[in-house]
Amino acid sequence: MVILGRYLLALSVLIFFVFPIYWLFAISFKTPEEIFHFPPVWYPQKIQFANYWVLFKDGDATSVWNSFILAGSSTIIAMILGTICAYSLVRFKTGGENFAVWIISQRLMPPIAIIFPIFLLYVFFGWVDSYGGLILLYTAFNLPYVIWMMRGYIEDIPIELEESALVDGCSRWAVLWKVVFPMARAGLFATAVFTFVFAWNEFIFALVLSRTEVTTYTVQVTHYFGGQSNFWAKIAAMSVLGTVPVFITVATLQRFLVRGISMGAVKG
Amino acid sequence: MAQSFASVSSAVRRSPQMPDHNFRYWIIAPSVFLLLLIGLFPLIYAFVVSFQQITMTDYDTSFAGLVNYQALFSDQRLWESILHTIVITVIALPVELILGLALAYLFLEKMYGKQIFISLIVLPTVISPIVSGATWRLLFDQRYGPINQVLSWIAGREVVMLWTIEPILVYPAILICEIWQWTPFMFLILLAALSNVDKSLTEAAELDGAGFWRIFLKIELPAIWPVMAIAILIRGVDLFRIFDMVWALTGGGPGTYTETISIYTYVQGFRQFETSYTAAIAFLIVALMSFVVTWAIRRMGLAK
Repeated sequence: MVILGRYLLALSVLIFFVFPIYWLFAISFKTPEEIFHFPPVWYPQKIQFANYWVLFKDGDATSVWNSFILAGSSTIIAMILGTICAYSLVRFKTGGENFAVWIISQRLMPPIAIIFPIFLLYVFFGWVDSYGGLILLYTAFNLPYVIWMMRGYIEDIPIELEESALVDGCSRWAVLWKVVFPMARAGLFATAVFTFVFAWNEFIFALVLSRTEVTTYTVQVTHYFGGQSNFWAKIAAMSVLGTVPVFITVATLQRFLVRGISMGAVKG
Repeated sequence: MAQSFASVSSAVRRSPQMPDHNFRYWIIAPSVFLLLLIGLFPLIYAFVVSFQQITMTDYDTSFAGLVNYQALFSDQRLWESILHTIVITVIALPVELILGLALAYLFLEKMYGKQIFISLIVLPTVISPIVSGATWRLLFDQRYGPINQVLSWIAGREVVMLWTIEPILVYPAILICEIWQWTPFMFLILLAALSNVDKSLTEAAELDGAGFWRIFLKIELPAIWPVMAIAILIRGVDLFRIFDMVWALTGGGPGTYTETISIYTYVQGFRQFETSYTAAIAFLIVALMSFVVTWAIRRMGLAK
């Protein structure tokens, strides 16, 4: 009886957390008649892709591509710069604990506080609405996370390997490329995926610094909020386009999920 | 460890173009440069501008002293937005923590299909807050949304609740969305922490006749506290800077009723173009956050 109760409780919890996602997906497949039907239709009569087709026809779907370019490029740059920085922190104790605290405090700063001066800076340099400008910003914004996470993963690598590589005559850079990066590849991969998701889901920087050229999918979703909310189908379809890649990437690294979102507090 | 490494490295032939003792600084240089450019420079710039009187129409860079900071004190909308943010934070954070903990206990023991349950429950946490706000906006719709429909079934008559319009309902709406999205975050972290608690300790306590609460308070809570503290810190900071989800769900409305500090700053800077005044607000936020965050990081031993 107790066991049955536990399963029922677990099931109702599951419904609470999954139903809203189901509803979003369901709307994206519904016809306008089904969406604006009272009482609500609980599932689409047949799966049809008209709502997605419109996004591709009007070119709105390029915002997903923009998100991909921005998140992808900034992740690669942040991973390279952040990992070598983390290596210095771990192996040479560069800057000591104060430096580490400063780095992580950068991560905790509210974006709204820095976005306004950054906007003025970008206007001055003419970087508003450019790929480069947003990639630079996303890179800098995610660096603290990369440094913090890679610090933990590099600490897990036995130092003896690097020492023997140095004795064998490897340069410092060769040690990084031939020993540290391969040894930390699982951590590198997990951190890269999270960094990518953070940049992919980011909204406020993209809202402020994009106009028409580099609109991301999160900004595009908000464009459909009209006075009467008539664009439900587009909101749902665009949201699904932006959400499916995240679900897929996160599903690939269940093992690192806890360590990734707890900023390394739980090592599993 | 560092000493032994240094002694080995000094025995190694140094490459001529890259002096060994500078290597550690070469590899942090790009990161530090970027963080200074994006993190520190804007703050210094905002600090300077906050003493001037730049608006959209008037590019007046003469220094006006503390005018903008004085205006902060009499700006009712600013303090209301801070109050809104605090209200959301102090309700959502404990609820997420307690619900997350309860869920962690629900899924702690062996269970058929446990991994599938967990994988599905954590999905809301990885969704963009913009998408979750938009999703709940569709769910909360008074006519075509399923929530009022379910409430109508329960009540046995037609229920029309204007979730995102009625002042008394918008905070519950925001909190439900917020709790829906981030309880799984707490749940996942606390489940992992609880799974790592030494089973022999809890079993021994059980044999000695200690009840659930006694075991929780004396053994499990102290064991999971370091992890819990970090989860609270991460969520607390995120809640204080909340923008996306509220923006998508209510847009700060009705009126300015759900305007958070981030939304208010955005409106001042990018809708009203009060350049210098926005810089003063930004600086106030940074000062507040630096103080709280530095204190919390040191207090919770996160820097170790």
